[in-house]
Amino acid sequence: MALLQRVAEQGRRVVHFTLDGRPAEALEGDTVLTAMLTNGERLRRSEFAGSPRAGFCLMGACQDCWVRTEEGERLRACGSFIADGMRLLSEGEWGGGLSGEGSS
Amino acid sequence: MRERIDCDVAIVGGGIVGGSAALFLRQAGLSVTLLERDWCGAKASGVNFGGVRRQGRPLEQLALSQRAHAIWGRLPELIGTDAEYVRSGHLKLARSEADLASLVAYRERSRGFGLDLEIIEGEAFRRRWPALGERAVGGSLCPEDGHANPRLVSPAFARAAAALGAVVREQTAIERVEKDGGRFVLLAKRELAAGELEVRARVLLNTAGAWSRRVADAFGEAVPLESLHPNMAVTEPLPRFLDVNIGVEGGGVYGRQVLRGNMVVGGGRGFALDPDRARPQRDAVLTLMRDAAELFPQLRHAHVIRCWTGVEGYTPDRNPVIGPSRTTPGLYHAFGFSGAGFQIGPAVGQTLAELVTAGETAMPLEAFRIDRFPPAPPDNP
Amino acid sequence: MGRRIERGGVVVTAELPTAKLPTAELPPVIVGAGPAGIRAAERLVAAGLRPVVVDEAARWGGQIYRQPPEAGGPGGGFTRPKSALYGFEAGKADAVHRAMAAIRDRVDYRPRTLAWNCEAGALDLLCDGESLVQPFSRLILATGATDRVLPFPGWTLPGVFTLGGSQVALKFQGCAVGRRVAFLGTGPLLYLVAYQYLKAGVEVAGVFDTTPFAVQARAMAGMLRDPSTLAKGLLFVGWLRAHGVPVHNGVRPLRAEGTERVEALAWRYADGREHRVSCDAVAFGLGLRSETQLADLAGCRFRFDAADRAWLPERDGAGRSSVAGVYLAGDGGGIAGADAAELAGERAAFALLEDLGRPVDAARVRELDRRLGGIATFRRSLNAAFPFPADWAATVADDTMICRCEGVTAGALRGVARSGQAREINRAKALTRTGMGRCQGRMCGATAAELLAQALGTGPDGVGRLRAQPPIKPLPVAATPSPLAGARSGREVA
Repeated sequence: MALLQRVAEQGRRVVHFTLDGRPAEALEGDTVLTAMLTNGERLRRSEFAGSPRAGFCLMGACQDCWVRTEEGERLRACGSFIADGMRLLSEGEWGGGLSGEGSS
Repeated sequence: MRERIDCDVAIVGGGIVGGSAALFLRQAGLSVTLLERDWCGAKASGVNFGGVRRQGRPLEQLALSQRAHAIWGRLPELIGTDAEYVRSGHLKLARSEADLASLVAYRERSRGFGLDLEIIEGEAFRRRWPALGERAVGGSLCPEDGHANPRLVSPAFARAAAALGAVVREQTAIERVEKDGGRFVLLAKRELAAGELEVRARVLLNTAGAWSRRVADAFGEAVPLESLHPNMAVTEPLPRFLDVNIGVEGGGVYGRQVLRGNMVVGGGRGFALDPDRARPQRDAVLTLMRDAAELFPQLRHAHVIRCWTGVEGYTPDRNPVIGPSRTTPGLYHAFGFSGAGFQIGPAVGQTLAELVTAGETAMPLEAFRIDRFPPAPPDNP
Repeated sequence: MGRRIERGGVVVTAELPTAKLPTAELPPVIVGAGPAGIRAAERLVAAGLRPVVVDEAARWGGQIYRQPPEAGGPGGGFTRPKSALYGFEAGKADAVHRAMAAIRDRVDYRPRTLAWNCEAGALDLLCDGESLVQPFSRLILATGATDRVLPFPGWTLPGVFTLGGSQVALKFQGCAVGRRVAFLGTGPLLYLVAYQYLKAGVEVAGVFDTTPFAVQARAMAGMLRDPSTLAKGLLFVGWLRAHGVPVHNGVRPLRAEGTERVEALAWRYADGREHRVSCDAVAFGLGLRSETQLADLAGCRFRFDAADRAWLPERDGAGRSSVAGVYLAGDGGGIAGADAAELAGERAAFALLEDLGRPVDAARVRELDRRLGGIATFRRSLNAAFPFPADWAATVADDTMICRCEGVTAGALRGVARSGQAREINRAKALTRTGMGRCQGRMCGATAAELLAQALGTGPDGVGRLRAQPPIKPLPVAATPSPLAGARSGREVA
């Protein structure tokens, strides 16, 4: 279920992208974060514990919202705009995680 | 108020050399006072690239380096932490046939030191390190070399020494050092407590890294020591693609991927803000990123999250100064590692401890004599 | 380029990059196009200068007056009027936006541009994957602020956002961060954003204010100096209550519950009574913290500011930092809010002009100084009304994650403090990785300082300052040096 809820500005053009391989829709002017979180409930998984993350500050400070594209690109989701044909991933690329969350 | 400490050995500089010397001297039962102007292991010892590498060192360093290798093998027992040390292997890449030939020549010259170097080339090389692709014609692997987290290793030596009873004083800067009859007298300013500290000792170790010239000068041993600043960067965590510590024959970029996935790369130089502090330099950072991405295409979409440098003391011949003073009995120097002190540091500490306790060592130190340089002009600030 | 310096017995080889143009011919550079940056630019333009204005956002306005994505541009079709976006502040927002529009042709405006480093009289800028060296004669840092946070269990769960972030979602994207949102923390933003959400038709699960009611009521008296602000604050609270929103004072969070996303917020009163409220989002913040990394890299001297409970770059009343030619304006130099930022931006520009030996409007400068002084008094009252919960750090459990980037726990940080390994925050960072990750301590810096101070039995002023390192935000490895570097700034000279 979506994390973000649209409450205004819904008259914009529809943009088509894929999220984890499945077709999804967003609106023109959505950030990648908005596009992903109106279609799902996370942006990525933590590298270390695999726990879900969905961004935090939405203004480019916390760096919690880096997501991957199928092409391997990395985008800061709160500061990048969605575009037709984007292929975004919210699954971890770590397969259960790198060592060491909580360790030094 | 002036605090006074009387001890066998005073050590100036709490990096990996001073810290390990303190540890081995305590193991031998001597009383030790270790003075560090900053925090122990906070300077070059703690902020270097983290390569734990014998391969590629000049032959005159290999005996010490082998001795260090044994110490690294028992880190947890010695300092209570493995400090993320892994014997991942160190692979030196040859990007041309000529470079490969020089790696082969080094293997021949270093035979007998026990590095077990293995030359791998052609199809075998590409099969073994597909991640490196066509970027090298081959390489020389030192299977038991590796890397560690310098931020954890270097402070741990001083901490282990303290646990064995060494007096360790951080934020304590030496203001004056002299020899008064048979004893060294050090006057230090304490940042953490009001007043001064006076240390009297039979023996003095100068392990102050890039700042060692101050102590050497005080005893009439001017050394041409220069500070340089290696430029380093680390990426965000990436899926593991590299299991060896990588260098390139002829220099350039070097890199290692830590267990957490971050890629640490180095190359080029930073610049000095003042004698104590340095910064990465913008052009060096951009060049390093370009070179690293060229060597490791896995970094193509990655981001650098931090750059740093440190202050390292370099000698003209890039060999350290290790051994007794030629002017002052009881004074020993160990500095000027020229960007390569991390791996051999603990063996240098152990060797200094031998010199102090036994008056001699089996380690060949001739190449590291302090009087090998032509006399440097006295310092004119 | 290189030169040898001998000082204190140490030979230093310095690679000092030299600017390509004589300093006098370089343009002034402003970082940040919020209220402070825009008012600074406006004043410099009025004096005949052509400043470079660098801003990370695609459109000017800063965070407080952030504009929706451009109609017809990458977005298109955003239709809400400013009155809907900025409420009572619409007039101010519009004035700031218009001020920038009016000088657009007379500034070298660089949107979507990150200043990632400051070194030897020049900034390093990143725009569209290219890194560009931007030398400056004078530099005005108007870098703004983000929410200050402390950790609680579950704070990394999807659905927990900062108060500022929750506002951005609504203002910039027309989205709420959840269907039923709990508002937690302290500061004016707490009630403002809850009010904005309620007006947008979102269910507000409650306002959970960390400040005890009695403390707030006492502090309100001081705010009578600025009745319009007080009236707004009272209106928000009144509106929320009138619409049945529970407002709780003196609250501490226990945890955000859920596994894949927030399902509830558990909290307690000061007397220990525990409660739980179901919600699918938590908007959270404890006031603001200044973005000071560039000031640090520029070499500015810092001092501990007791009011902000943070290390801030020193500045005089006009905005001059300790470094000649570097000025600070707005929340980036200390939290004072948007109105003060406008005044401080203009004042810093006057200081710059004074230092250039240009004539300035002395009456206007006196007026600015007077009004900035008044705001400082008002901010003290506001700090009293929304105090930082200084006891929080002590209650953070050892297994709570404090550093989102590196996954470091409170226990790991306390461990290095209690064992004597770290008596200072940069040592704690080196040993535990707290603050070493992508965000460079923006989200965990306050926590680390508070925890360390508590473990060492000192105040947050006694544990030192987390040093900034370049790049101040992640820099793509693929970034390429721009061939335009020197030439571009040369052409731009008026």
